[in-house]
Amino acid sequence: MSHAVIIKDAVKKYGDFTALKQVNLEIQPGEFFTLLGPSGCGKTTLLRMIAGFNSVDGGEIRFDDKVINNVEAHKRDIGMVFQNYAIFPHLTVAENVAYGLKARKTPKQEIPGRVEEALKLVQIEKLKDRKPNELSGGQQQRVALARAFVIEPSVLLMDEPLSNLDAKLRVQMRTVIKKLQKRLGITTVYVTHDQEEALAISDRIAVMKEGNIMQVGTPEQIYKKPENAFVAGFIGTSNFMDCIVSGNDPDHASLEIKGEHSLPARLRTPYSGNAILSARPEQLFFDQEQGLSGTVSFSTFLGDFIEYEILLDNGQTIQLNEYTKDVHTVRPDGEKVHINFNMDAVSLYRTDTQEVISK
Amino acid sequence: MTKKKLRLDFWFWVKVLVVGIMLLFLIYPFCTLITRSFFSSKTGLLSLDNYIRFFTKKYYYSALFRSLFVSSVSTVTSLLVGVPIAYLMTRYNVWMKKYIHIFIIMSLMSPPFIGAYSWIMLFGRAGVVTSFFDDVLGIALPSIYGKLGIILVFTFKLFPYVYLYTSGAMGSIDSSLEEAAENLGSSKLRRLFTVTIPVIIPSIAAGAIMVFMTSLADFGTPMLLGEGYMVLPVLVYNEYMSEIGGNAYLASALSVIVVLCSTTVLLVQKHLVSKKNYVMTAMRPPQEIQLRGVKRFLATFPVALVTFIGILPQIVVIVTSFIKADFTGFVGGFSLDSYMTIFNRLGTNIKNTFLFSTIAIVFIIIIGMLISYIIVRQKGAAGQIMDMLIMFPFVIPGAVLGISLIVAFNKEPVILTGTAAIMIIAFVVRKLPYTVRSGSAFLQQMDPSVEEASINLGVSPMKTFFTLTARLMAPGILSGGILSWITCINELSSSVMLYGGKTSTISVAIYTEVVRNSYGTAAALATILTISTVVSLLIFLKVSKGKVSIV
Repeated sequence: MSHAVIIKDAVKKYGDFTALKQVNLEIQPGEFFTLLGPSGCGKTTLLRMIAGFNSVDGGEIRFDDKVINNVEAHKRDIGMVFQNYAIFPHLTVAENVAYGLKARKTPKQEIPGRVEEALKLVQIEKLKDRKPNELSGGQQQRVALARAFVIEPSVLLMDEPLSNLDAKLRVQMRTVIKKLQKRLGITTVYVTHDQEEALAISDRIAVMKEGNIMQVGTPEQIYKKPENAFVAGFIGTSNFMDCIVSGNDPDHASLEIKGEHSLPARLRTPYSGNAILSARPEQLFFDQEQGLSGTVSFSTFLGDFIEYEILLDNGQTIQLNEYTKDVHTVRPDGEKVHINFNMDAVSLYRTDTQEVISK
Repeated sequence: MTKKKLRLDFWFWVKVLVVGIMLLFLIYPFCTLITRSFFSSKTGLLSLDNYIRFFTKKYYYSALFRSLFVSSVSTVTSLLVGVPIAYLMTRYNVWMKKYIHIFIIMSLMSPPFIGAYSWIMLFGRAGVVTSFFDDVLGIALPSIYGKLGIILVFTFKLFPYVYLYTSGAMGSIDSSLEEAAENLGSSKLRRLFTVTIPVIIPSIAAGAIMVFMTSLADFGTPMLLGEGYMVLPVLVYNEYMSEIGGNAYLASALSVIVVLCSTTVLLVQKHLVSKKNYVMTAMRPPQEIQLRGVKRFLATFPVALVTFIGILPQIVVIVTSFIKADFTGFVGGFSLDSYMTIFNRLGTNIKNTFLFSTIAIVFIIIIGMLISYIIVRQKGAAGQIMDMLIMFPFVIPGAVLGISLIVAFNKEPVILTGTAAIMIIAFVVRKLPYTVRSGSAFLQQMDPSVEEASINLGVSPMKTFFTLTARLMAPGILSGGILSWITCINELSSSVMLYGGKTSTISVAIYTEVVRNSYGTAAALATILTISTVVSLLIFLKVSKGKVSIV
């Protein structure tokens, strides 16, 4: 039975340093929810608060209606997968998986069956009598997973579980985790600093920075409509260009990039002043005459697309990706070009608050 | 800090208990000692009498200079012996390297005064070698008694500290560092002095400081060999024994001075080393150079010779224990008389040694495990306090700890003097650091999330500690425990202060037997200690699998 995890004004302090600043989140029952952010953003701190390894210094954490702030870690009924797996080195695979069942006083005759079933789900039933030092990283990962969900926890926590695996295994395991989570329907909170992993695996993502939540949304929302410049820069690659917006009428605003390019824009609210335009490399394209003028300074052919580095006449360097299915030649270095973009696809942020203003 | 509710959980009570034990048996006695040192022995009033007497009478202050002199020279000689041995052992294919390594550790772990005793057997006034040179060759050898003998014994007993620290560091230098030096045009010798040695200076210094502290604190060797050459620990003992009623005013002042000296030296060393600590990760440890024929012999010979001299005392002791002896000394021919004598007359001492050490080791292991855990895992004041306190027994010589326990526990309501309890307390306090150091080093390598995984799966923190953490820490605690055990059975300097009629140990008996020239029984007793030590050491090497360092 899955719980909703509700985090209300949660605060964590280490001495004078505030690691988590009044964080609010509502994670739905059965949801795969990811905390994403650079190291030191507080994502692991928050996860460990949910687990009960960090104290909650302000606000509250609830499972449905039950406040768990002062429930001891071993009484929270949470499954957790650790970054380095934390497999008990002196126990066999089966004993590792049975550990939590024994602690829960599960009837003895039930245990072997449930262990077997869990090991089957992660496809390592053949390894059940092995010791951890005879397992590969990926196999240990599967043991850690089986050990965490065999106790049928109401919430499953995962702290960068894939970061110690090689690239290929990482992709493979994230599919295993995602399928397993869907099948068991356990509310899952997942921590990672890898944005690609977050986009691939999550139902929703919270992007964090310096103890604050910057944006919560589905992978698509986060990628396509970043709410602020940080998210735009952290997720994927973005070109940032300074511009000036004149938009007392939000539906008929205009923006100007360093005096040479004027475009119509639509804003959420009236705003005039400095702004940042953010565009993904694939949202930019080469135009005939219109747009920002510049020179190709470097190009990399990457098979399905070509990555161009372009030095604009205003001195800024930007990145533009062009898909090879649409073009036949790579532009030579030094070629004069014009760069344009579709105003509906890019985002505009206020320079002072870094908040989104474009519609 | 944000205000946190004080959690009255399992670890809170453990901290209270452990800090309480340390306060009661370490801090309180030592504070009593310091207080005592500021009272006059004549009037019983607050005064600086004791210190004034110390610094104005040559009899007293010269002991300080002698102590510092003997310790400094022994440190230098140990370095001169230990560093080259470490270099040869780590870089060349010395013959029988594994055995030589074990023998070197054995010479360090031998009962501390056995060296002195054996050198007397060989080079003393009636020593075998002395007589041979005198009678047969007509050459009078220089006297083994006095500072020369003390330095000699300290050097060959303590150079293993330098050897162990230095070879540890030499084995962990990344070989690319030396290759870079060579590549930049340094000759092998130049490379040694400009790269290799400077990089491992902190480790060499750590070895040197162990030699200095141990020789400064040692009581048995200068007591047996010093004769007129009196050093501080001996002076402390003599003063304490001569002061009537065990008031120990002057002895307390002397003790404070000894501890001040060792603390100063330790702090200076820490300060110097902290500036030169290089973090190294050996990607590729240096290759052993394969020598052949004469060259290999030349590399092996000095190592083997020094090692032989190092374990010579133990050989001498074992051999002489089987030689027939009477009250005049050894009379030749083999016999088991010495063993018969000790089993008849000194059986209690043997029983006491092993009984006290066993009880002590049980406490050491339990307390050591808890302290290691608190130091490594429980961030906070308690851990830091313990980390500091645990080093304290290293700077307090055994004789001083002995006196401070007597001073603290010889009056109502707690009278412990002369009991087995006070001997065991001294063992526990003095030998605990070995277990804690080994245990905490081991725990540091252990991933904390394993414990968290257990708690997360529903096992309470207390149960997790006893069923999981304790189980996983066992190898580290056990290896440290064996070192504590070895040093317990060999302990003399605190025991000689604390023993009573029924609580004498083997070490004390050896000391008293040597003092009354009963060399045969002393040798037999020493053999029992040596063999127990060797067996324990071999178990240690087996248990630790080379992962836990001995120093």
